Amino acid sequence: MELIYEQSRPGRRASTLPRYDLPPADVPGELRRAEPPRLPELAEPEVVRHFTALSNRNFGIDNGFYPLGSCTMKHNPRVNERLAMLPGFKDLHPHQEEEGAQGALELMWRLQEILQEVSGLDACSLQPAAGSQGELTGLMLMRAYYEDRGEGERRDTIITADTAHGTNPASVTMAGYKLEKVETDARGNLDIAHLRAMVDERTAGLMLTNPSTLGLFDEHIEEIASIFHSAGSLLYYDGANLNAVCGISRPGDMGFDIVHINLHKTFSQPHGGGGPGGGPIVVRDRLEPYLPVPALVRDGGRFRLDDDRPKSIGKVRGFGGPFGVFVRSYAYIRMYGPALREMSEVAVLNANYLLARLRDAYELPYDRLCMHEFVLSARNLKREHGVTALDVAKRLMDYGFHPPTIYFPLVVPEALMIEPTETEPKERLDAFADAMLAIAEEAAESSELLKQAPVSQPVRRLDEVKAAKRAIVKYGFDEHPDLSGEGRERKQLEAPTGA
Amino acid sequence: MLEAIGVDSVDQLFRDIPAGVRLGRELDLEPALSEPELVRHLEELAARNVDTTKELSFLGAGIYDHYVPAVVDAVLQRGEFLTAYTPYQPELSQGVLQAIFEYQTAICELTGMDVSNASGYDGTTVAADACFVAKHVTGRTKIVLAETLNPQVRRVVETYAVGFGLEVVEVPHEGGTIDPARWAEAADGAAAAIFQQPNFFGCLEPAPDLAAAAGAAGALAVAHVDPVSLGVLEAPGNYGCALAIGEGQGAGNYQSYAGPHYGFLAAKSEYVRRLPGRIIGETTDLNGERGYVLTLQTREQHIRREKATSNITTNQTLLALAGLVHLSWLGPQGLRELGETCLGLGAYAKERLGLPLVFPERSTFKELAVRTSRPARDVIRAARQRGVHPGYALGRDYEGMDDVLLVAVTEKRSPADIDRLAEVLAEVT
Repeated sequence: MELIYEQSRPGRRASTLPRYDLPPADVPGELRRAEPPRLPELAEPEVVRHFTALSNRNFGIDNGFYPLGSCTMKHNPRVNERLAMLPGFKDLHPHQEEEGAQGALELMWRLQEILQEVSGLDACSLQPAAGSQGELTGLMLMRAYYEDRGEGERRDTIITADTAHGTNPASVTMAGYKLEKVETDARGNLDIAHLRAMVDERTAGLMLTNPSTLGLFDEHIEEIASIFHSAGSLLYYDGANLNAVCGISRPGDMGFDIVHINLHKTFSQPHGGGGPGGGPIVVRDRLEPYLPVPALVRDGGRFRLDDDRPKSIGKVRGFGGPFGVFVRSYAYIRMYGPALREMSEVAVLNANYLLARLRDAYELPYDRLCMHEFVLSARNLKREHGVTALDVAKRLMDYGFHPPTIYFPLVVPEALMIEPTETEPKERLDAFADAMLAIAEEAAESSELLKQAPVSQPVRRLDEVKAAKRAIVKYGFDEHPDLSGEGRERKQLEAPTGA
Repeated sequence: MLEAIGVDSVDQLFRDIPAGVRLGRELDLEPALSEPELVRHLEELAARNVDTTKELSFLGAGIYDHYVPAVVDAVLQRGEFLTAYTPYQPELSQGVLQAIFEYQTAICELTGMDVSNASGYDGTTVAADACFVAKHVTGRTKIVLAETLNPQVRRVVETYAVGFGLEVVEVPHEGGTIDPARWAEAADGAAAAIFQQPNFFGCLEPAPDLAAAAGAAGALAVAHVDPVSLGVLEAPGNYGCALAIGEGQGAGNYQSYAGPHYGFLAAKSEYVRRLPGRIIGETTDLNGERGYVLTLQTREQHIRREKATSNITTNQTLLALAGLVHLSWLGPQGLRELGETCLGLGAYAKERLGLPLVFPERSTFKELAVRTSRPARDVIRAARQRGVHPGYALGRDYEGMDDVLLVAVTEKRSPADIDRLAEVLAEVT
């Protein structure tokens, strides 16, 4: 399909703009643009058709089942879009005086209260823009907390699980901490003996996802919390998998001190092809003084923003956070009310049902009931038929499904990480299970079918090695290279995709 | 379903959760609302806000009331874009991959750079990202910020600097802009030197001189730019900057009480392997057909983990797509006209407002700082009672500027609107 720049014709345009009779402005010549940017030149019908054509080459949860593990691809209620587009929200300037923004501030306050109740903790900041920024913010809070206690120099290490999302270790580095990894035991819990040996007076904290990226609830969570708290360390909860336990078990009750919540996962902010997200953090009261500014304060019936927080870590994003995301997530939760628990129950029920249907055809590395997701391994197919997790994923597209997360978590070879969410009816789960079982049979009988997949999409398998080697990352206009004549290496990375 | 699983009840599915950490009661949340009740509740909250359709607003200071064309809304509501995840599986994500490749091209064209990432969170966090890049490229730990850089951006850089092990130095303005000689002095031994064009006061910095001074000191010159200005103002890549960053909101996003928006980050090609975030690249499929994939992923957290260039994963793709659609609607002609209109409205406001300019010697783009005869916060309060929000009180961020108002004009404000502002300011100052 042509790029929009290739459809461009000089002199065409879609825009109409006001033409006022205005005095000339003085701009020094050397600051004036010499050559115009080569933006597309198209009339509006062609602009609309281009983006419609692009959308037709994309797959969202609206198109079908999207069991991408650890990503919580649930339905996005359309009413939330309508609400975020109310002029009182979408046209509100963030520097509006507080008395002109009471509705927005009240909505944020209400969302904070809800997130505190769901997480079982005391204070909230909505500012972080995504889960990974929530992680980094949480680590900054730890640093500020220890420095305040005179332990800043000593506590220099964060422990993460070997099943952790890649964001955890990356956040640890960005926060200036050293990283240590704890292993997973044979039941999929943290290896307690290993953990005990690691935690000492240098430990600042633990970052943990619970249920883990294996979809398993750590059965020793109370003991883990006690190990860290006895050493004077803190526990950080990566909320990526919160969809499993809303109203059932709260991170604060598990012993976690800092939590981030992915509003774009658990609370249905649409993922938008990669974002936006929202990564609020919720903390125990002893960490409240360090939260980002501005803090949202309620004085009687009035709400205001407070910048005067001497112990605050500062700001991690502009203003109070991505407000439109708050509107959608607040609306989503209000339609559940206390029945939010049922959301998690159905998510867990759906996952266990799929697991039951698939456990004989694929290997199950940890044989337990799962939570909202589970991890299978295609290593039996690889061993017996030379078919990989990647092949299974690509073939699923031909059956009309988005593939699960693959090659993650790293502790499971040929991993297929499946998260159905509460959105799916039994019929959809059965259709997916039927496809997975059919693919396992195809692997035995006609593995070439899987190697060639997908055949139903606008493109066949793409050469990722060539993409990285040539690094063509923008259109080159007259000098744009034609890659089609080059050698076909058809290489794909066995890298985590999803989560 | 329970039978297939082999349990008797949904409760049994949760048997791995120790009793001691179970909630054991209902969540204390307000009762569920039906869809009509929900709409009514949120309409009531929204009605308690005074948005820019309800009062004549001249607020800017980083977020602007530019016109968002209808075609942006139409494209963003396509469920295929709205409800997709990050395009990990390229064969069924070609739409968003190609769109972001086109976005990267648009950002490179605007900024005069060679490579753009697929977006950052907003205009503040991309500045912190730029510092992380500069630290690794130069091996230095000093960051120089212009005092005329948006205060929110500076606060975010300071917050991130602690973990990055960076020291932040600010260069004060002189008469509204940064003096290149002082800038050169500060940039000595620095990893990066970040200025804003047009700056927070709306003034045009001697950007080419600032870029040259930073470059001569071996620091990465980083320009924080307004995308809407780049049809009339020179691109940072054309006057020696290593990186260009900015808040994308003005191109394609509503104000939305600060988000979600997108930040952009673009660089010269030599820095490509140090950049944070997603980057889309062109390749071919099995049949030699052109296609797009996430590329250079060995920079990223899901592969490099603690050695990654950033922890970012979720970004602002949908908002960046909005930016691309807006820029495609404008085209080069439209973008230039939009910039000229902002310049002209600024010039008109200077003539009409009848208040002394704080920096009369400086050229401006779409914002101007004017001195009021009483505290600006009082002026704002009084003007709002007359249905006009006259701008931002610069005293919130700058000492000695309590009587300074920062007035922003966009193409949505007409000369008649500016006349009305002048009238109201005459009444309240």
